[in-house]
Amino acid sequence: MIKDIFVWLNDQLLKMTWLENAVNWFFRDVIQLDVDSLLYKGITFFFYDVIKIFILLSVLIFLASYVQSFFSPERTRKILSKVKGVWANIIGALLGTVTPFCSCSSIPIFIGFTKAGLPIGVTFSFLISSPLVDLASVILLASIFNWQIALAYVVVGLIIAVIGGSLISLFKMERYVEEFVLARSDEQVIDVNAVEEFTMTRKERVNYSVEQVKEIIKKVWIYVLLGVGIGAFIHGFIPQVWIESILGANNPFSVIIATLVGIPMYADIFGTLPIAEALVLKGVGIGTVLAFMMAVTALSLPSIIMIKKVVKTKLLVMFVGIVTIGIIIVGYLFNAFGSLFM
Amino acid sequence: MEIKVLGSGCANCKKLLEYVQVAVKELAVDASVLYVTDYIEIVKTGIMRTPGLMIDGKIVSYGRVPNSDEVKTFIQNAK
Repeated sequence: MIKDIFVWLNDQLLKMTWLENAVNWFFRDVIQLDVDSLLYKGITFFFYDVIKIFILLSVLIFLASYVQSFFSPERTRKILSKVKGVWANIIGALLGTVTPFCSCSSIPIFIGFTKAGLPIGVTFSFLISSPLVDLASVILLASIFNWQIALAYVVVGLIIAVIGGSLISLFKMERYVEEFVLARSDEQVIDVNAVEEFTMTRKERVNYSVEQVKEIIKKVWIYVLLGVGIGAFIHGFIPQVWIESILGANNPFSVIIATLVGIPMYADIFGTLPIAEALVLKGVGIGTVLAFMMAVTALSLPSIIMIKKVVKTKLLVMFVGIVTIGIIIVGYLFNAFGSLFM
Repeated sequence: MEIKVLGSGCANCKKLLEYVQVAVKELAVDASVLYVTDYIEIVKTGIMRTPGLMIDGKIVSYGRVPNSDEVKTFIQNAK
């Protein structure tokens, strides 16, 4: 009984089956498209997905921003300055998921963490997990697949962040950080308590969250439309055999192809979800799809160019290499064991 | 009084700079307004999110754009 209610809530609120039915009804009975036509399949997928993603996006960003308003990079730094060893990497990766962050602030954060004396590896654990495991995207993942997959995604994302950061520490990669970023002996170390934390009232948190919703939608709507457009195109027009031959289970390189295609792409996770959804419907393995999504969100040309400003090539190559290999391993693991979650 | 607007040149930072310049004029305070864009200089103040507002060496706001009334209050409080 309780399970039925949960399934019903999940279907109506997250999968929005009511919306799917409404969109299908509109194009079938009002516009009178042929239900078996590719056009019908493509167009219903497009409208259902666009409306669903924008509803979810607004609600989720609001909730996520409200939680995030209790955290800040300044506060994260204060917490991290008190922990040592691999615990600092773990807490760094965890805080990465709830600290408000955009790639535009990765440089001040990188410099701010480093000059306050935090180990480079801890900063990287934070910088890897931040875009990869984002609160809103996890719930969106649950809406398209299910909660087990969303949770598994979080766990492996955090593991990549912790291991990646730890390896960077292990190999003493501080050597390859640009000098101007490092804490110099002749200047004062940044005092992590120097800045006062301004606590917000509940009203300010609500305002902040509403502003975030507006700002993020303004930034990502184009990626969502593009993503849904590509997803609808795959869904409606590309024959299943083509996709299966490139990305299907029978191609041993499918995960590697998906990862390498995803890396240079710059898109928001909300834009990649509809593509992922369409690929899964076309019989692509869950691991291949997750590898693609992780590659798009964790690494992108703009973020690599940004990080290049503060680190030398060796460290940059190591960072990209670790994350890429981590994603590929995760992809193959999910393809092998993913059926346990479906 | 020395007022510093800390920002890397983003739209929000310029908006704050504008509010500050207007407020200084309206309140007729004797203040020098500096616009700091150097990352290192900004980070050294302890903040990591811009825009930041510093009055006489003290950070009064960061990570958001305070509205023009708030900016006036900050300046008046520092007088």
